[in-house]
Amino acid sequence: MAEPLIFEVSRPGREGVSLPGCDVPETEIPAALRRADLGLPEVAEVDVVRHYVHLSQMNYSVDTGLYPLGSCTMKYNPKVNEAAARLPGFALVHPLQDPVTAQGAMALMYALQEMLAEIGGFHAVSLQPSAGAQGELTGILIMRKYHAEKGQPGRNRILVPDSAHGTNPASTTMGGMEVVEVPSDSRGNIDLLHLRANLDGRVAGLMLTNPNTLGLFEENLLEVTRLVHEAGGLVYGDGANFNAILGVAKPGRMGIDVMHFNLHKTFSTPHGGGGPGSGVVGVGAHLAEYLPGPVVARTGEAEGTESMEYRGAESAEYRGANVRYQWQTPRRSIGRVKSFHGNFGVLVRAYTYIRMHGPEGLRSIAENAVLNANYLQARLKDVYPVPHGDRTCMHEFVAQGKLAAAPDIRALDISKRLIDHGFHPPTNYFPLIVPEALMIEPTETESLETLDRFVDAMRTIAREAVSTPELLHDAPHASPVRRMDEVKAARELRVTAE
Amino acid sequence: MEYRFDDKVRYSKTHEWVRVEGGEAVIGISDYAQNKLSDVVFVELPGAGKELRAGTACMVIESVKAAEEVFAPVSGAVIARNEKLEKAPELVNKDPFGDGWLVKVKLSDPREVDSLMDAAAYRKLVETL
Amino acid sequence: MSFIPNTEADRARMLEAIGVGAVGDLFRDVPKEHRFPRLDLLPAVSEQEILKELDGLARRNADCGRTPCFLGAGAYHHFIPSVVDFVVSRSEFYTAYTPYQPEISQGTLQAIFEYQSMIARLTGMEVSNASHYDGATSTAEAVIMALNVGQHQRKRVVLSPGVHPQYREVVRTYTQGMGLQVEGDEKPELAPAQLAGLCDSATACVVVQSPDFFGRIIAPAALKALAEKVHACGALLVVVVNPISLGLLVPPGELGADVVVGEGQALGNAMAFGGPSLGFFAFRKDQIRRSSGRIAGESTDRAGSRGYVFTLSTREQHIRRDKATSNICTNQSLNALAAAAYLTSLGPRGLRRVAELCWHKAHYAAASIARVPGYSVEEGEFFHEFVVHCPLRVEEINRRLYAAHGIIGGFDLAAQYPERRDCMLVCCTEMNSRDEIDAFVSALKEAGNG
Repeated sequence: MAEPLIFEVSRPGREGVSLPGCDVPETEIPAALRRADLGLPEVAEVDVVRHYVHLSQMNYSVDTGLYPLGSCTMKYNPKVNEAAARLPGFALVHPLQDPVTAQGAMALMYALQEMLAEIGGFHAVSLQPSAGAQGELTGILIMRKYHAEKGQPGRNRILVPDSAHGTNPASTTMGGMEVVEVPSDSRGNIDLLHLRANLDGRVAGLMLTNPNTLGLFEENLLEVTRLVHEAGGLVYGDGANFNAILGVAKPGRMGIDVMHFNLHKTFSTPHGGGGPGSGVVGVGAHLAEYLPGPVVARTGEAEGTESMEYRGAESAEYRGANVRYQWQTPRRSIGRVKSFHGNFGVLVRAYTYIRMHGPEGLRSIAENAVLNANYLQARLKDVYPVPHGDRTCMHEFVAQGKLAAAPDIRALDISKRLIDHGFHPPTNYFPLIVPEALMIEPTETESLETLDRFVDAMRTIAREAVSTPELLHDAPHASPVRRMDEVKAARELRVTAE
Repeated sequence: MEYRFDDKVRYSKTHEWVRVEGGEAVIGISDYAQNKLSDVVFVELPGAGKELRAGTACMVIESVKAAEEVFAPVSGAVIARNEKLEKAPELVNKDPFGDGWLVKVKLSDPREVDSLMDAAAYRKLVETL
Repeated sequence: MSFIPNTEADRARMLEAIGVGAVGDLFRDVPKEHRFPRLDLLPAVSEQEILKELDGLARRNADCGRTPCFLGAGAYHHFIPSVVDFVVSRSEFYTAYTPYQPEISQGTLQAIFEYQSMIARLTGMEVSNASHYDGATSTAEAVIMALNVGQHQRKRVVLSPGVHPQYREVVRTYTQGMGLQVEGDEKPELAPAQLAGLCDSATACVVVQSPDFFGRIIAPAALKALAEKVHACGALLVVVVNPISLGLLVPPGELGADVVVGEGQALGNAMAFGGPSLGFFAFRKDQIRRSSGRIAGESTDRAGSRGYVFTLSTREQHIRRDKATSNICTNQSLNALAAAAYLTSLGPRGLRRVAELCWHKAHYAAASIARVPGYSVEEGEFFHEFVVHCPLRVEEINRRLYAAHGIIGGFDLAAQYPERRDCMLVCCTEMNSRDEIDAFVSALKEAGNG
């Protein structure tokens, strides 16, 4: 079953791609500049194809089956997105071309800025941050600069809930700020008492994920944001869980000052095996000048239009004779966070997705995502503990991999056994505040039959845990490799081929 | 869960132990601590001669799922390091009070040892966790 | 359109199992006044309609497939073999998640392990990570790594003015909260040898680029000498490189570099108006615990079979949180896969051939342009980009090139480098035919006439 390394398939003298001859007179290349050798594999094209096809066959993927990974939103990736991104008029455009020669791409970006602002309830959007974590760093730097320019550089603390994703405190530290952890209360909300106690003149802001990583909507959201603002702070929204409230609520109207969207979660752009993503950032009017740039600005006859009607990039309004798209760096920008303008190939896919759904379609995404999650919670909570199962969950919920009748079984064992039942495991051991956590998010693109099969598998595993626990301890059995020795990987570091 | 407690050492609240040998002290982490970490994969020991201050972080012990700071239980300069841990970090798990020792320091203030817990007091602490 | 399988009947069954009457009841925690707002967006369109819309937008762009292009400056138009798109179109690769469950992600993990190995060999370094977002953030991460190596005691960072201006900007954005002195690039003509003079015991790293932003190669002997001086100060040498050039040129790993970074878009990834990109990041094995980004490593499974896992995760945000070496979570997995497929399908001779074609075409273009009255080419050994001094503002020349000849000219240096007003950075790759180059040269002649 194992596939050799491409270096092991290599044979001296094998040729891959054919290249053209040189049609210009050659210029001598000084010997001192030339490298001696280059250890790349030498393989014929058929070997390249078979190698990568074999590798791909060892992967689980959304196109294979359900990934109930909480906070990852592993929804179906529409194939039309792939066709869109590959149009030569998008794929072969150089980022530094004169804007006059790239108006179509810039129109798309401008429209996407507007659409996301409308969806999130924000005033302005930068499409430059290319991943969620980069969006977070952007938000931290924006808050930092805002306070410094308002004469309050002493505000260097960021409040982070104990349920937060690890990138939140990591981004805070990278931005030169201090992390202050705020606990959750028994209902899974931010503990208001602790929040109040920590809100002083040193606080720059609060980083909030809503719904949070327990899958719960912050019951005191408006109170929380009000308290932070009253204390002179700002609220950063981590948009990782936005799939639950897409079209249902606008964070920018509920007190969120700056938020990143994960286009590779909510907006269906593929995960690619770990990337690329896109962490575009939306802000309220008071922060628009601080966005990373350049952003796309529009001049011409539609300038200054007060209309709230956001059009697709090809609508008559956007294509008016004098309409021109330009690059503009916001006046007080925190600076560029990436080369060029952002992950345009990813932006095309998100634009396509939003246009194909329209307002009702976007709202039905959240409605069905939340419905599917609550269905799973209802059907599993009698078998696995669900700490907040008394509350309605949003698009995900957290169960515990603990079974009273099988105390030796842990979340890890249940997860690995799920693989044998044909499913990717849910998110394990996160959030940290729930021991043996299994965070389950089905998304809206799974059928009822799939959900029922997942429930059946989880219920079967609960029975196996009691009758034949070794099946769980030794799982997975049916995968291309058995359980991997991660201790050995860390102790005997081998990170390149010999 | 049965943990081992060595009677001949004294313990800090953060699960380090100290064995005094004349004016010198050997430092390690307790059986409870190694169990929580699970399989140790790497130990980053402070350099020879480094001045450790009681209560401050002086090194990091890594397992696959965590990287925990070790806090110096006493103050003093590092006079010996357990070089075996470079090739065999698992000694911390297998023999936390013996072959899995971390560093040896020259005590700068021997009285600090008195404020550490004995095995009985530390056992009581672990039982509450 | 619907990517949502649920029918009304499905929804009814689920509502019954949950015990609520309507889907709206599931959103009671959302403040009433904010629930179900109006979204001012155009109504939904079908797949057929959106493809037509997108096609219209795409046609409004000049693209380097149909239009001869001499732009480089950090993004490059290279030939992408068909097999590369075949590989990244396998949905088992592109719709897969991050390989946190290694048993069912060996495809991704082994592909990344192979990518890491190829980058290490290409750059002459011992190890590589699974990639950063792009060349600019890779450079910023290299600086942060140097700070970690220096235990955050060294607060100076020396940046050569030859490093891509956007990369220098990103380094400054990323480190603005860290209380550092970032300098060296105030004087645009500072040569690498002079940079060594700026290095002292407070310096964490010196960052240079070869070929630099203006296309000029730092001679191997000069880079080696710089490395020695930088190391004598106890600092790290970070070198930004063009990966295609490494098919031909001596890699910085053989000359004393501590970290080698750059933009990997040129390796099998379309320019796509600037992203997604690929930041490669290679370094010395003894520094691996100070590095950031994901790393795939080899191990065995319970049956003793070889397999791959992400390793050293304790450096990363999901474990170390506020003490992580960086906040990075994503790697550019699919772009790295494209790069690996590209390098594999070309092989060592193929990559060298591509680099040689770039060299010959660019040198031919430079020699031809030098003969045009009113134009001159800057001195210095170059790979595939060179600076041309033009008789008029480059903005005007480029306008004329496009309007009258349908050619996309080189990069206007005036905005970034006021002392190089009227200078154009010209790039030639294997994609520029002799006819295109000849047409470009005559067009320049015509455009340069007052």
